[in-house]
Amino acid sequence: MNAVVIGCGRVGSRVALHLAGEGWDVTCVDEDGNALGRLGNWRGGFVVGHGMDIDILVEAGAPEADAVVVATDGDNSNLVIGQVIQRRWTPKCVVVRVQDPARADFYAERGLRTVCPTQTTATTMLDAVRACDATPRGVAT
Amino acid sequence: MYMLVAGGGKVGANVARALVERGHEVTLIEQDRERFEQLEAELGPVVLLGDATEIRTLEQAGIARPPDLVAAVTGDDEDNIVIAQIAREGYGIAKVVARVNDPRNQQHFDLLGITQTMCATSSLLGMVEHEIPEHGLVTLLELRREGLLLVEVEIPGSSPAAGKRVAGLALPTGSRLVSVMRGGVAEMAVGETVIRPGDQVVAIIKPGVQDGLRRALAG
Repeated sequence: MNAVVIGCGRVGSRVALHLAGEGWDVTCVDEDGNALGRLGNWRGGFVVGHGMDIDILVEAGAPEADAVVVATDGDNSNLVIGQVIQRRWTPKCVVVRVQDPARADFYAERGLRTVCPTQTTATTMLDAVRACDATPRGVAT
Repeated sequence: MYMLVAGGGKVGANVARALVERGHEVTLIEQDRERFEQLEAELGPVVLLGDATEIRTLEQAGIARPPDLVAAVTGDDEDNIVIAQIAREGYGIAKVVARVNDPRNQQHFDLLGITQTMCATSSLLGMVEHEIPEHGLVTLLELRREGLLLVEVEIPGSSPAAGKRVAGLALPTGSRLVSVMRGGVAEMAVGETVIRPGDQVVAIIKPGVQDGLRRALAG
């Protein structure tokens, strides 16, 4: 199975490494060639360029990809790149990182698979607080 | 009319100013505080500080009223696409115009259904082509919805069409001559019109027949 990961920062590089570890053929795309350093002893593909550039996406193998992960540091870039890939090549799976919960919901309602770290972090932290052995004042135990 | 302008750079500020002068109600959204203060000093309470790609900011600007027109004219194409999509798909605003900064991104606007776009670079390139007739064929107007182009060709002396009647030309399917301009005077092109070297011929064509038309008229 082929995967393309666009945006090879902390999140993108971890996703790429995990997928590669699970046996996927992974190609990463990042504007900064130094991002390759985050992948350690990387055997997969790496393309330097912007995800809005169709030539770069083709070079990275997006037209044949089974899964595409879009995780650059820009919400709107991710939303546009994700939609363009979904419309052009209809891969089985396109996952897009969106920090802003409102935009993540808006596009999720329209069929884009968005992941919102803000929402996920808030939920995880709330769960952690609730798991502590502490109760708010005035609440009967 | 109520107009929402997203992006207070040179384009957005000039558009907003002109719309205010024409008596429209305008909200101009700018995210950079320094630029916002500058604009507010000039335009007053018309200007709103915020990120126009955030739904909360758009709602503050009255996108739910809804505006008669939304102009997404920031300096960032991804932002303009997102603003246009939220306006159209989220709030059902029919009139949404978007600025294309990088002509290479035009295809993304088209693919994502943002039909009313304006690209200053493409327009300038069009004008450059117009000034350099050796290029053969100049696009005057692109009718996106209709899928048609209005193009102009200057007839060279070596043209296979020179001296022939329009009715006798071997024009490609999907093209029709509209007018012939000679000595500064334009006439409608009819079957009897004779094409002469130096004529400026305007044709309406379907995309893709440019090369065929160029061969037929310019050689």
